[in-house]
This record gives sequence, C-alpha cells and structure tokens, in this order.
Amino acid sequence: MAEQRHLVVGGGLAGLMTTIKICEAGGKVDLFSVVPVKRSHSVCAQGGINAAVNWKGEGDSPAAHFDDTIYGGDFLANQPPVKAMCDAGAAIIFLLDRMGVPFNRTPEGLLDFRRFGGTKHHRTAFAGATTGQQMLYALDEQVRRYEAQGQVRKFETWEFLGAILDDGGVCRGLTALDLRNMKVETFVGDTVALATGGPGIVFGRSTNSVVNTGTAASAAYQQGAFYANGEFIQVHPTAIPGEDKHRLISESVRGEGGRMWTVRDGKPWYFLEEMYPAYGNLVPRDIASRAVFKVVFEMGLGVDGENAVYLDVTHKDPEELTRRLGGVLEIYEKFKGADPRQVPMKVFPAMHYSMGGLWVDYDHMTNIPGLFAVGEVDYQYHGANRLGANSLLSCLFGGMIAGPKMLAYAKGVKRAAADAANAIVERERRRQEDVYERIYRMEGTENAYALWRELGEWMTQHVTVERYNKALKRTDDKIVELKDRWRRIGLNDRGRWLNQEVSFVKQLWNMLELARVITLGALARDESRGAHFKPEFPERDDARFLKTTKARWTSDGPTLSYEDVDVSMIKLRARKYDVDKSVSA
Amino acid sequence: MDPILLRVKRQARPDAEPYWEEFKIPYRPGHNVHSLLMEVQLRPVRHDGTPTTPVVWDASCLEEVCGSCTMFVNGQVRQACSALVDSLARPIVLEPMKKFPVVRDLAVDRSRMFESLKRVRAWVPIDGTYDLGPGPRLTEATQQFAYALSRCMTCGCCLEACPQYNDHSAFIGPAAIGQAVLKNLHPSGPLTKEERTAELMGVGGIVDCGNAQNCVLVCPKEVPLTRAIGDMGRQATVKFFRDLFRG
Ligand SMILES: Cc1cc2nc3c(=O)[nH]c(=O)nc-3n(C[C@H](O)[C@H](O)[C@H](O)COP(=O)(O)OP(=O)(O)OC[C@H]3O[C@@H](n4cnc5c(N)ncnc54)[C@H](O)[C@@H]3O)c2cc1C
Ligand code: SF4
Ligand code: SF4
Ligand code: FES
Repeated sequence: MAEQRHLVVGGGLAGLMTTIKICEAGGKVDLFSVVPVKRSHSVCAQGGINAAVNWKGEGDSPAAHFDDTIYGGDFLANQPPVKAMCDAGAAIIFLLDRMGVPFNRTPEGLLDFRRFGGTKHHRTAFAGATTGQQMLYALDEQVRRYEAQGQVRKFETWEFLGAILDDGGVCRGLTALDLRNMKVETFVGDTVALATGGPGIVFGRSTNSVVNTGTAASAAYQQGAFYANGEFIQVHPTAIPGEDKHRLISESVRGEGGRMWTVRDGKPWYFLEEMYPAYGNLVPRDIASRAVFKVVFEMGLGVDGENAVYLDVTHKDPEELTRRLGGVLEIYEKFKGADPRQVPMKVFPAMHYSMGGLWVDYDHMTNIPGLFAVGEVDYQYHGANRLGANSLLSCLFGGMIAGPKMLAYAKGVKRAAADAANAIVERERRRQEDVYERIYRMEGTENAYALWRELGEWMTQHVTVERYNKALKRTDDKIVELKDRWRRIGLNDRGRWLNQEVSFVKQLWNMLELARVITLGALARDESRGAHFKPEFPERDDARFLKTTKARWTSDGPTLSYEDVDVSMIKLRARKYDVDKSVSA
Repeated sequence: MDPILLRVKRQARPDAEPYWEEFKIPYRPGHNVHSLLMEVQLRPVRHDGTPTTPVVWDASCLEEVCGSCTMFVNGQVRQACSALVDSLARPIVLEPMKKFPVVRDLAVDRSRMFESLKRVRAWVPIDGTYDLGPGPRLTEATQQFAYALSRCMTCGCCLEACPQYNDHSAFIGPAAIGQAVLKNLHPSGPLTKEERTAELMGVGGIVDCGNAQNCVLVCPKEVPLTRAIGDMGRQATVKFFRDLFRG
C-alpha cells in the first residue's frame, strides 16, 4: 500500500499535538501555518492548564473537574468527551512536565497548582504567567525533533485556502497560498486536520492574535462543513482596552487573590464578592463580564467616569507576585506604564474565545469525511461557556484523539485512480486561482481594512455581552451590506510578492460569512445560557434549546438546525454562583 | 498634538533596492508602532500626497510574546507592538532587521534561528507521549533559571546586537546557546547533553563568542544569556578534558 499522507493546518498547541501523535506512530505530516509555528497564538495563554490531581488535599478529582466543566458550560457540551478530557488531565500535565515545561514548583520540588474561575479547587498548573508560551515551545521542540528526522515538512507562511473534495464529498487534500510568491499550490493527503484556532478578529479588537481570523474554519464551512454553536462567544472580564488590541489580564490574577472593585459612595465596593458570595472574584467569565457591564452601564459606576473597573493586587507581596504572575503584570506595566504592585489596574471586558467552531464527532472528524478539526476551531468541550485553563487542556486532549483517529481513518481510505484524482485537484486549484485573480482586479473605492473595522464595531457592540433581537437583526443587515461593499473594494497593492492586502481581502470575506453564523445563531436562540445572554429572554430554556446549533452554508446565508446534547452522565440543574453548587452524582 | 511623522525604509523584494517613504498620521493617545502601521493600511498615501502600497510587516500576538514584529525603531532593535508612540522621539523611523534577509519592507526571514535550534538538538528526547507518570522533581531555583531561559521568543534582537553574528560567519549566536543550556539542565540523560555540548565546541560554537555582552542588554525578555554562555563554556571545558583523558 502507498504511504499515508497527513496534512495538518495550524501549529498552535492543537496542531502540534496532532502532529506529534501521528509521527510517534511512524506517520508523516505536512504542517502548514501562516506564521512560523513557534509564533502561533497559543503563546498568549498566560494563566495555566487544568488537571484535577488533588495535590493540595482538597478532595479534588477528575469527577469534580468534569462536573465543574459541564456546569460552567451550562450543560451544552456533550458529556462523554468532556469526561474523557477531564480523566486525561493528570497524564497530560505529566507529559508536559517530562517534555521540560518549566512549571512552577512547590518547596518540595513538586508541581504547584493555583485556583481559577468556576471552581473551588487549586487545579491549575502554571509556568509563571506565560504557560501557553512554555507549552507551545515544548511541543514545538518535539515537532522539530521529528522534522530533523524527516517525518515533518513545515510550510510556514502558507495559508490554507480550502479542502479538495472529490465528487463524493470526501476530503482528498487541500489548497494553500504561498504567502511569499502568492501562488496557489495543491497538496494531496489521506486526511486533513484544521487546527487553526479561534475567530477573535471577526470582532475587530479582541484579546486574540491578529492571525486569528477564523478564515480557515469559514472556508471549510463554505465547503459544507457544519459550524456548531457559533453564537457562544466568551467575553473576558479583565482586559486593557487598546488601539490595536485589547490585552488580556489573566484570570490567574484573581486566582492568586486579585479583587475587583469600583468606587461607590466614596468607598471601594467589591461588587463580585457582594453579588456572588460563594465564588466571589472567581465566578466564571460570563458572570463577571455581565457584572462589570451592570456596574458600569446600568449603575454608572465606572472608575473615573470611564468604561473601567479596578482589578487589584496591591495587597499582595510584590516578590510573590513577580514569581507567580510576572508575565501578566509586565504586560500592564509595559502597555499602561504603571506598576500593578503599586496601583490597581484598570480593566474592561473584551472578546476572548469562541466556544463554537467546526462541528466534529467524538473522533474529531467534521461531517466531511477525511477532514478533521481540533483545538479552539472545534466546538467539542466547552458548551456555552469555557472555564479558565480548560482550553489548553482541550487543545492537547483533542490532538491526542485526532492524531490516532486520522491514522485509523487513512487505513480505510480508497484512493481514486491517478488521473481522476488529478482532475479533481486541478479543478480546485483553478477555482482558488480564480478567486485571487478576481481580487487582483478589484478597482472600487472601499478599503478592506476600513470595512473590517466597521464589522468589528458592530459585532462588539451587539453580539457580545448583551444581545437584543432587534440589534442582532440590524447587525445581520449590516453584515450583508458589508458583503456588498466588499465587492467594491479597491486594491492598493497589486504586487505578486508577500501581498498582505490581497490575502486580507480574502480573509475578510470569510470573516463576514462567519459573522453571519455567529449573529444569526444568536438571533435564533431565544434563551440565556452561559455566555449567550438575552435580557429579553433571561432564563435558560432546556425544552427548546438544550441543543447544539448547526449552521450549514448556503449562498443566501446560513441555515440552522439543532441536534440533541448528550446529557447522560450529569443531571441538569440550574447554574448559580451566588451559592455553592450542589454536587451531582 | 501634532500629527506623527513616520519614516519607513521599504524594499519591494529580497533583491530590490531599498527606499524611504514618509507618512503623516493624526495623533491619538495610546498609539504604538503597530497601530501606526495599521493607520497606513487604512490610508496608504505618502506624506507628499502620492498614493502608495500599505507597508508590509510581521505581527501576531501584539503583546511582545511571539517575537514576530521585531524591527529597528529609531535605531533600536525591538518589538513594534510594545513600542509606545508617546515614549518615542519623532519622527519615528522604522527599518527592517539588518542581519536577516529582507522579504519585503519590514518583514525578514529568520529561519536560520530555527535551523540553529535543530543544530543544538533543543528538545528533550522523551520516551513517548503515553502516561508514564510525573517528570523528575526540580528545585524551585532550577525551575526559575529554566523558566528564564525558556522565555526566549526567537525574536533575534540578541543576534542583531552581537558583533560576532552575521550572515558570513558560522557563529550560532547567543539565543541558541541559551536553549542548549536550558536543555542540558533537564535531567533527561547525559547522552544528549554530550551531543549538544559537542556541537557547541565545534566551528561556529561557543569559542566564537567575543564576550561583548551586547546580547543580554537588548534582550526584551531578560533571558540570562551571559550566564548561559558562561555555563556552556564551563560544560565545554569539562567535556574537553574528559574526552582528552579518555583518549
Ligand atoms: C490572551 C489569551 C490568554 C489565554 N490564556 C489561556 C489560559 O491561561 N488557559 C487556557 O486554557 N486557555 C487560554 N487561552 C485560550 C487558548 O490560548 C487558546 O484557545 C488556544 O491557545 C488555541 O490553540 P489552538 O492550537 O487551537 O490554536 P492557535 O494557537 O490559535 O493556533 C492556530 C494555528 O493555525 C494557524 N492558522 C490559522 N489560520 C490558518 C490558515 N488559514 N492557514 C494556515 N494556518 C493557519 C496559525 O498560524 C497557528 O499556527 C487564552 C487566550 C488568549 C487570547
Ligand atoms: S557575549 Fe557578545 S559576542 Fe558573545 S554572544 Fe553575546 S553579544 Fe555575541
Ligand atoms: S534571547 Fe532574548 S533577544 Fe535573543 S532571541 Fe531570545 S528573546 Fe530575543
Ligand atoms: S506581535 Fe508578537 S511580539 Fe510583537
């Protein structure tokens, strides 16, 4: 039999783990990424990664982690894969430890753990305050080892454009753009995995890296892959608003004892501690973001009349802060010019994470045979709201599932005869080349970057913390208008060498397609669940909406259908954080 | 406030001649070099009114942790995303890094740095990704040193500043030496340690360092490069004598 070929798109944590798993079994991988993989967005993760090892004698367990995750996600996640992920937590952290991730230590030389939101346990392992960076580097090194052995070929500064589908709708490879010479190339493979991260840039400014446009997921969606739960967008309560991006101040700051407050009647008011006595500053992110909105917009209590509240660690020992949170506090110092050890930080909520993503089965395969999705780009593990430090875990766990499943799938693949296969590949190459040739000829008056800013403002204002049906409808109309104006873009750069404007124009179209999925998914879901909050429908409605939203692309916009959620393991109950959650069986 | 004058050294292709362009950008508080370049994307028109192409540069994280956006800002090699306009002298002058091939405008090709990491085998040769239990215990002090080395984001500032590193010398440069020391710290067996040290004893290795210490001064992540170079020097000496007496 001919040798298997696997194509992995994305070199963040999820893509690298997938690659390692395939290589470890002797497979070969072509790895694609728009940036050198070592510069992927995963480096931004600050706070840590969860695993219920119970090393602090608190009675923690994978079962408790499972329950926190399902409850935190407001019961929207299918339970079996979440349970498997929580059960694997300890093994994953030990693996990273063996790879040399410099996790913080206790005086005895063991791994140290801290607290994060939505749990009562010290469950989060961390490497200073740059955990994602340290983890990404460790995986990057393992992949470099396979690269040196000839098992991995890297295509860095290449952009995935689309899957190559045969007439039976089976994925046979991919097309990618060499961002240097701007040429479309085709790659044939038995499997393709998208590990392309989240879509933060659809919201203009977010806490995400600038490469997180969601363009790859959107391309797959436009080729028939279902996009699931797109409306579930996490807004992080504590970011520093900026001209270019909103920089995150990690939840670990509250995990280490940071307190949120504003001034009321001339005195500090610790609003989270008062509103949610059981969890205080460590309520989940959706709850904290809504509380900040309430304090700032409803009560008019923003600090100094600005859209801001305080996040305060000045009561903590400065040396201890540097050792455990140095990287985060440095960001505030560098970008705001004030030392958080001395003065409270001013923060405000910002778009942060997408719980939704490409629909996958428990093997991480999309509804397109041979096309897999893993990492933030899939929808599998976080339900209606992700708990802090669970994403890094889901990226690694997902990769550990996807890699072996890709190998297994490839074994059963029947390849087409060479000339039939060639015809399909050439057809897709021409389709993609045509797209770019049309972009190169654009001579209108609109500027692509200006359209993107407009999109970001609408999405941020109407499709984040509070959602009203009227505003959602208007936002969708706006997106349709922007798609129309997209056709009237005038190109400023017609060069055929590293033309960033040309690739952005294409990405923008994909962002607009995805924006409609997010907005219309929110419009259709008349309830409040996790991060999706409609003041007009403030209650969770399990009878109608205990369901996964699945968006399917049509040329007139997404059609939505709904799929039951597997809730066979943990019984449904109301989600509240003002009192201790009752532990279920 | 006066508009901000931005001078950018541009280059269409790796083999093309560089040229300068100037842009005038309305002042707003909170700008950094990255957001100025975003303004050029919105209105790619030169200061003299001639339309031009948007400036090309690399960026990803925007919080000085990925290393992408390294360039010269007012003559200093640093990250564009953490270069705050309010703390910069004007006009603001941007140039690409000088010791790496220019791809276009401010974007350069730093793949040599990743190749160097291969040369020193900067990885832990784990037995497998299976559940083999926890890793070795580490003292807090070792962890802190390892963490400091491990924050290197392959930005290349140290190579840019090092008088020994350039495109016609074999010297591997301080960043990769730091990573070799980091991996040698790991208790994963003496064999790979020997290999790494041997690589750095050869041509382009540790002896090429002139000990000018420029590297450590420009590193934005405060990676303890001089300590690492010192440690590697000692490890190399020990290995040299051991090999000698083994015959
Ligand atoms: C500021 C911040 C802090 C965070 N902190 C934490 C934390 O403490 N704990 C936690 O659990 N989670 C955290 N998260 C979330 C977590 O970092 C991400 O969800 C996770 O890193 C995503 O990893 P990934 O592998 O899915 O994708 P990414 O790391 O985003 O990688 C995506 C990859 O795909 C590539 N790519 C994208 N599009 C294309 C294309 N079209 N063609 C080719 N390649 C492409 C990119 O180049 C990149 O290599 C944080 C997120 C942010 C924004
Ligand atoms: S000490 Fe000097 S010569 Fe040695 S690596 Fe650093 S800058 Fe280069
Ligand atoms: S050692 Fe410092 S300056 Fe050198 S590449 Fe690493 S982070 Fe950059
Ligand atoms: S964009 Fe990552 S360091 Fe500047």
